[in-house]
Amino acid sequence: MSNNYDAIIIGGGHNGLVAAATLANAGKRVLVLEKRDVIGGAAATEELFPGYQVDTGVADAALFQDEIVQKLDLRRHGLTFHESSALLFAPQPDGRALTIWRDQPRTVAEIARFSERDAAQWPAFKQQVEQMTGLLRGMLLLTPPDLAGLHGGDLMAWGPLALRLRRLGGDDMMELMRVLPMATQAYLDEWFESDALKGALGGSAVIGTALGPRSAGTNLMFLYQNLGGLLNHRFVNGGIGRLSGALAAAAQARGAVIRTGAGVDKVLIEGDMEPTAVGVRLDSGEEIRAALVLSNADPRRTLFGLVGPTYLEPEVMNHVRNIIYRGTTARLNLVLSGLPQFVGQTDEAQLAGRIRVSPSLDYLERAYDASKYGRYSDHPYLEIFIPTVHDRTLSVNGDHIMTVTAQYAPYTLQEGDWEGQREAYTEVIMATLEAAAPGIRSLVRHSRAFMPPDLECIYGLTEGSIYHGQMGLDQMLVMRPIPEWSRYETPIRNLYLCGAGSHPGGGVTGAPGYNAARAALG
Amino acid sequence: MPLPTPFHSRTSAVCDSYEWRNWSGYLSAGIYEMSHDREYYAIRNSAALIDVSPLYKYEVTGPDAARLVDRVITRDVTRQRVGQVYYTPWCDTQGKVIDDGTVSRLDTNHFRVTSADPSARWFQDVGYGLNATVTNVTDDLAALALQGPLSRAILEQVVAGIDFARLAYFHLAHGTVDGFPITITRTGYTGDLGYELWVRPEYAERLWDCLVDKGSGYGILPAGIIALDVARIEAGLIMLAVDYVSSRHAVIESQKSSPYEIGLGWAVARKKGDFIGRRALATERAKGSTWGFVGVQYDWNALERLFADEDLPPHVAGRASRSAVPVYEAGNPGRHIGQITSHTFAPILKQYIGIGTVLNPHAQIGNRVDVEVTVEFKRKLCPATIVPTPFFDPPRKKA
Repeated sequence: MSNNYDAIIIGGGHNGLVAAATLANAGKRVLVLEKRDVIGGAAATEELFPGYQVDTGVADAALFQDEIVQKLDLRRHGLTFHESSALLFAPQPDGRALTIWRDQPRTVAEIARFSERDAAQWPAFKQQVEQMTGLLRGMLLLTPPDLAGLHGGDLMAWGPLALRLRRLGGDDMMELMRVLPMATQAYLDEWFESDALKGALGGSAVIGTALGPRSAGTNLMFLYQNLGGLLNHRFVNGGIGRLSGALAAAAQARGAVIRTGAGVDKVLIEGDMEPTAVGVRLDSGEEIRAALVLSNADPRRTLFGLVGPTYLEPEVMNHVRNIIYRGTTARLNLVLSGLPQFVGQTDEAQLAGRIRVSPSLDYLERAYDASKYGRYSDHPYLEIFIPTVHDRTLSVNGDHIMTVTAQYAPYTLQEGDWEGQREAYTEVIMATLEAAAPGIRSLVRHSRAFMPPDLECIYGLTEGSIYHGQMGLDQMLVMRPIPEWSRYETPIRNLYLCGAGSHPGGGVTGAPGYNAARAALG
Repeated sequence: MPLPTPFHSRTSAVCDSYEWRNWSGYLSAGIYEMSHDREYYAIRNSAALIDVSPLYKYEVTGPDAARLVDRVITRDVTRQRVGQVYYTPWCDTQGKVIDDGTVSRLDTNHFRVTSADPSARWFQDVGYGLNATVTNVTDDLAALALQGPLSRAILEQVVAGIDFARLAYFHLAHGTVDGFPITITRTGYTGDLGYELWVRPEYAERLWDCLVDKGSGYGILPAGIIALDVARIEAGLIMLAVDYVSSRHAVIESQKSSPYEIGLGWAVARKKGDFIGRRALATERAKGSTWGFVGVQYDWNALERLFADEDLPPHVAGRASRSAVPVYEAGNPGRHIGQITSHTFAPILKQYIGIGTVLNPHAQIGNRVDVEVTVEFKRKLCPATIVPTPFFDPPRKKA
């Protein structure tokens, strides 16, 4: 048994690595234990097919917090970003396509092709969204207040945010309070008339959730997804895995040790009256002790799988049991022999950002409808990236890599199981792609599909939930991951949650890992 | 509409008073005759048959059954032998009592638990993650209490396969009656020699008939809840929703009680492993409890005087009262220190007695208190003494 560590991080996802580097920066001796052979978790770039570097989870790091980049000096560890001129490309069933550009006048002109009225609204809309997201951004790196035992100190950090809210003025603040819990469809209907534009925007509100654009609270998710700027993206050169790589390097530079192929079986718990984490036991049986244990695994996996429900009070156990996961995304990774030609596409540059097949909010809602009853969408909403458009180093032979996130693919199917439905759903995705980019089938060199249970099995995402728990109004802030335990601590002393299941939530923000590490440092 | 119990064809045939109660949704006889006196004396002098089928009953089975039960209750299941029955409370995480009941260890990993309130959800939640199953068997088991000094003699006539001389207090045995299987626990709610009989509902009527047939020569009599209530107060036994409020139903924090505050501190195992409420109870034990459980004996002469002041002879209800009355510091009517939650004239003791909760340190045995008594609509104070419980504790109970 080794005893040389102050802190063990279970899971080398990006949040685990942020936590590791932050703790190592504070002088702690840190050990990261990653079950897989690659680090990064859902922010990894993997050689899925020989010669091709595929972002197997997230592709975009727009939400990653600059404060963390600076504090951990990630640029020194090789982190560089790329921002394409096209933010979003949305092919339409009528053969047209809508492109949102980083350049606003260009975007306004583009939207005018669909609706003069919407084009005129766009600048004001963008301004409102960015004003609201500006406020919400301030919450990301704050630990939620302890509402049960409200201490002045807990709220101190929230003071400046409250001040900014007040400075907004009564009308704007009222507007924020009105807009946050709305269904995104209601919000977008207030601004726009074009189905193409609303559909393209609406995808941000539902991605990764078992909610449709008409579901209450989806507007909060819409704003969250746009925290890095409206429809903005920020790609990591060399693939998102380079971000995880830079984090690992930053941690290692401060003496942290990262072990891959080291799955954790149990958190070791001692203490008669007060259960306290004292280390971990690996799948191999090896036991490693440390004064602090931070889990990057999702809350249920951590508290039920690694700790065990009988260590929890029944009320806490019920909260954990009731966390809504409900993964809804499937992933299809393709290697294409050439760049596909999408309908309405005139310029290769249009494909350099995000490509979204979501021609209307009704299309999205219908795609969601199927999943409510345990069926996959026959016409799924697709979120597509072709990173090779801006980064040729990721592939060989001049081939292109395309990652397709397809929704809705409910974790639990009403009939049959995903093992039996994998091919059928892959075909549904391909048919949808073929309609958006005729001829794409003939370009496919390699193809690999991951259904929600695969995401659970490979990445440890409970029910395939990419956010470690749905990002609904009911599971945010002081309710994330569960009521009364929103401050990264757990009922097990010295065990902290540092993953996306904790505040502020999913996406590549680094915030949960950063906040949890600071909470653990006290 | 309340449901009939498996004994209903028999109990309804002899329920001359038509005084039925609703006990957990079942029809339960309050009194069979026009007065409960003979039923009470059957409990104390011969044998009384009490239909207790409405008790909630659960079975816990599976490899982790013992762990589950041990996590629920405050007593130490690791020390419970197969065939032993525990009377125990169980608590929430704050150490406040949810309910109390008996836990019969039928086998190493097979338990039967009785409770006053529905409990399946709680047991299942506490056992989440354990390999054990909680089954509600309330409707699968008819239950009959046979209580009184002659109960053993009757059972010896009726039951085959059980040596009653060797069936110890709070233990169980399996036998047969008229060829059908029966489980008998030496338990009860009267503080007397007595047993509780557990059979499948389809045998309920045959069991009743056999007992009445063989017991008639012993003065066996069906008894209802009214008589039982008098006996259980004499035995110092508490009742949920009367003598304490389940932490599940408490509207305010101060309505909740720990086991120490309702006289069940003895049932909290100090050395057992983790269980629900353990930490809070350890803290309370170290710190001391706010309330103490008490038995009080009213000063009869003083009680007589209170009535005499109104030109009345002493008049106390023959039935037990479940209406709580306030308790004051002796001679200091401004200082409210607790309440008597159940009180009754004890026919066998010829005393007026009550049980309740009193603030510590007033709860000490021997302490004098004043208890409110209403005479002719006027609130008066009767001096009383805190005395040990049970008030009535015959050696035959455990012999």
